[in-house]
Amino acid sequence: MTITAELQNETPSKLSVRRVSKRFRSKVGETHALDNVSLEVGEGEFVCLVGPSGCGKSTLLNIVAGLEQADAGAVLTDGQPITGPGRDRMVMFQEPALFPWLDVLDNVLFGLKLKPGLKPKERLEVADFYLRLVGLEKFRHAYIHELSGGMKQRVELARALAPNPRVLLMDEPFAALDALTREQLYGDLQRIWAQRRKTIVFVTHNVREAACLGDRVVLFSPHPGRICEQFAINLPRPRDINSVDLAQHATEIMRALKQHVGAGGGEVAE
Amino acid sequence: MKRTLRALVFFLLAVVAWELACRARLWSPVLVPSPGSVARYLWSALLDGTLLGAIGVTMKRLLLGYLFGIALGLPLGLLTARFKVLNDTLGLLALGLQTLPSVCWVPLALLWFGQTEGAMFFVVVMGTLWSVIIATDNGVRNVPPIYARAARTMGSGELHTWLHVMLPASLPFVVSGMKQGWAFAWRSLMAAEIYVTILSGFGLGHLLHYGRELNAMDQVIAIMLVIIAIGLLADKVLFSPWERYLHRRWGTERN
Repeated sequence: MTITAELQNETPSKLSVRRVSKRFRSKVGETHALDNVSLEVGEGEFVCLVGPSGCGKSTLLNIVAGLEQADAGAVLTDGQPITGPGRDRMVMFQEPALFPWLDVLDNVLFGLKLKPGLKPKERLEVADFYLRLVGLEKFRHAYIHELSGGMKQRVELARALAPNPRVLLMDEPFAALDALTREQLYGDLQRIWAQRRKTIVFVTHNVREAACLGDRVVLFSPHPGRICEQFAINLPRPRDINSVDLAQHATEIMRALKQHVGAGGGEVAE
Repeated sequence: MKRTLRALVFFLLAVVAWELACRARLWSPVLVPSPGSVARYLWSALLDGTLLGAIGVTMKRLLLGYLFGIALGLPLGLLTARFKVLNDTLGLLALGLQTLPSVCWVPLALLWFGQTEGAMFFVVVMGTLWSVIIATDNGVRNVPPIYARAARTMGSGELHTWLHVMLPASLPFVVSGMKQGWAFAWRSLMAAEIYVTILSGFGLGHLLHYGRELNAMDQVIAIMLVIIAIGLLADKVLFSPWERYLHRRWGTERN
């Protein structure tokens, strides 16, 4: 495989979630995390899953990632059922998941080293390409703890993009960041998504964030976790989180959310 | 530099105080020899080769047993962390045996191996092994589960994850376990050498033992100082650089 072929964007996948259910048993009792959830995500679509804690949105993401298994139902990528984790679906986590014993470059290389068909020199080129894409080429040999929260999430993004997946799964990746850094990353993510078109499933509890990033916002309600409503966001890109049009969409979603979850929607930020 | 100087001054003052106490005849010189006589013994033992020979014998025993203990303990610790069955059995055994002062192995070692190098080796391994198992196991358990999950999404298989994620991620714990294992091994070997005479080589413990038999307190104290110096040196040369490196990498240094 040549380097140009490697850097060429893979065509994004179509995701089908078909009647997926999942329960968790614990000492406290049983949680019905997902109840008969179905969802279609088109090729290259940016879908945001929104809902209060316990609505199963992260569980669904983990099932699509192959890290957890559904009790019933199936998830298909381009018609193929998902049986486990795969390089075609990369995950970006909310918790810091970068490896502190590796520097920035080696973190990005971790997934590339597991990808067959690349020579060491080519891997380096690929890694550098993605570090440039997230604007961290000057920090390739920095230790992880030396980076700010926003930079860490950029490295996570580069690491997730590096194996050239077709689907990008993001689990509240910006939740722990301050507002200013987050705004910057919204811009970066939209730019990168325009450039490296991926199918993105983005989990968040921030309604405005969802309206800013998603082509579509899927609203979940908890106990049991179900999809209660969906909103298409037809605003031009790149979008500004502070724009009035966007605020209108966010308000609409927020209203629906309050209606579906009642007073329990308090954990959701507008 | 400043810290080295401070340490130097402290030890110098301690020796001066010791010398002054001896000059003042606070105790009989038979019980507490002066720094001068201790230094004279050290010098003569150095010249006639006894000291270096003994250090060589002791260090060889220590390193052999210690390295074997680590080579065995590291994989066993990984296994007890990975398999519940092993944790409930071997892990419990390790926890129990770790609480046993390793000098308690000496009588058994004597019975099994006689007055041989094998007995020494056995005691040192017993001193090292259990704390290395427990530290490795503990280290792996303290690795955030998110690391393994992230690795799995990037296509890392079970074995790859253990070698490239769990092992490096648990290094800070493993190194402190190796340090503890070293301390235990060092102690148990000294006890064994004082306890048991082995004709295949006289270690530092034997020199200490003969010092007592000959009532040569200058020899006893001199050897004690050598043992302390080796312990300190091992800490500074073997473990400190590792720990500093890990603290830098993980961003956990304090000053």
